[in-house]
Amino acid sequence: MTMHDENTFRVKVGLAEMLAGGVIMDVVDAEQAKIAEDAGACAVMALERVPSDIRRDGGVARMSNPAMIREIQETVSIPVMAKARIGHFAEAQVLESLEVDFIDESEVLTPADKDHHIDKWAFKVPFVCGATNLGEALRRISEGAAMIRSKGEAGTGDVVEAVWHLRTITSEIRRLGTLDEMELSVAAKNLQAPIQLVKQVAQEGRLPVPMFCAGGIATPADAALVMQLGAEAVFVGSGIFKSGDPAPRGKAIVEATTNFRDAAKVAAACEGLGEAMSSIETSKLGEGELLSNRGW
Amino acid sequence: MSRPVGVLALQGDFAAHQALLEAAGHSTRQVRNPDDLDGIGGLLLPGGESTTISMGIEREGLREPIQQLAQSGVPIFGTCAGLVLMGREHLGLIEMAVDRNAFGRQIFSFEADLSMASLGDPPVRAVFIRAPIVTEVGEGVEVLAELDGAIVAVRQGPCTAISFHPELVNDARMHLLALGLGAGSAEPSPAQT
Repeated sequence: MTMHDENTFRVKVGLAEMLAGGVIMDVVDAEQAKIAEDAGACAVMALERVPSDIRRDGGVARMSNPAMIREIQETVSIPVMAKARIGHFAEAQVLESLEVDFIDESEVLTPADKDHHIDKWAFKVPFVCGATNLGEALRRISEGAAMIRSKGEAGTGDVVEAVWHLRTITSEIRRLGTLDEMELSVAAKNLQAPIQLVKQVAQEGRLPVPMFCAGGIATPADAALVMQLGAEAVFVGSGIFKSGDPAPRGKAIVEATTNFRDAAKVAAACEGLGEAMSSIETSKLGEGELLSNRGW
Repeated sequence: MSRPVGVLALQGDFAAHQALLEAAGHSTRQVRNPDDLDGIGGLLLPGGESTTISMGIEREGLREPIQQLAQSGVPIFGTCAGLVLMGREHLGLIEMAVDRNAFGRQIFSFEADLSMASLGDPPVRAVFIRAPIVTEVGEGVEVLAELDGAIVAVRQGPCTAISFHPELVNDARMHLLALGLGAGSAEPSPAQT
């Protein structure tokens, strides 16, 4: 039997690489998972309530019911992701035992720890974490995250925060490339990130793991926008199954994500879609209602 | 200037393949519709989700143009999802049956040293990610590598398919061989560990 090295960081990041150029869709049951797969999703995110419902209903949002996750795993052949609360490593252990393909340590759920994120190196399953800026992204990577997604503001249908977070991360990356050795150590201090990671980003001009975009994407044009801003793939939460007609909207967002530079194809994808999800302007939300400032 | 290698860019790790080929001195072109196939010297089908990529192939009208490319002898190289797409059930470029996700879900993904006679030394550091295997091959299909009895690399005419990801370890040997870009003698880059 050949010697197998399982769950190396390269193997974890490798799955993130395979999802590039695709759309990861939030689903709450097996039926939605099937619709997502048929619409061309490259993975599904299994959760009990989509962010807009979490926002509406309030209360503590937790990891999903294992039975629901199993049912989704049995229904689709694409990767199945699931969310754990920030710092809730026991939820993550449960999700690993269910053999989910990726765990999202997510600010969309109610955080379980005020100081600590999950030690992601301790797991065989790869993790994705949200970030609003480069320092946050690098702290998550130093904890073992194999994928970063810009946070945006989940459940709003407002893309403005996603754009802000993406632009912040990419411009901070570009800035690092202009710094000399001494300036990089100051930058690492300011970013509150390990110097080795800061140097690597400065040299390579990109994060050491894929960067996807999440939070507020509701239309094919939103997907095309964030892809042109440097996202390698998109997560769509409430945007599909809270819209008037999920299947065609899912397909259209997949098509726009592939052809993000081809405006005529994005236009064709936008045509004839029903109502977008009902939306909330993020600037009208109070500080306490924002999900993106959870995590640190 | 030689003809560029087309890299199917509907979904998956096409950017990693482009980076590998370009570092080895070969130009590439992203392929998203049939026009992008004009004048390419080879076509690479990357890893990703085969269901997603397969829908994209149908949507963009790429199925027949890709099949014609193979018939005209242009080298086509598929990795992982690309291997699935080249099998009987999809593009039918290689006479083979495929078992998707044959090793199981992501926690069973792994890397291993894989010896391949066609590449010589050192062995390929093969990264298997929710990888498929070939369960049956037809006449005229050459098996290039097996991992503990499972077929993980095959060739038929101008078409080559493998289950693993040399692009993730910066080893261009398999790419050069499969795409007819060299004798497969290039050294793996120092980034390979």
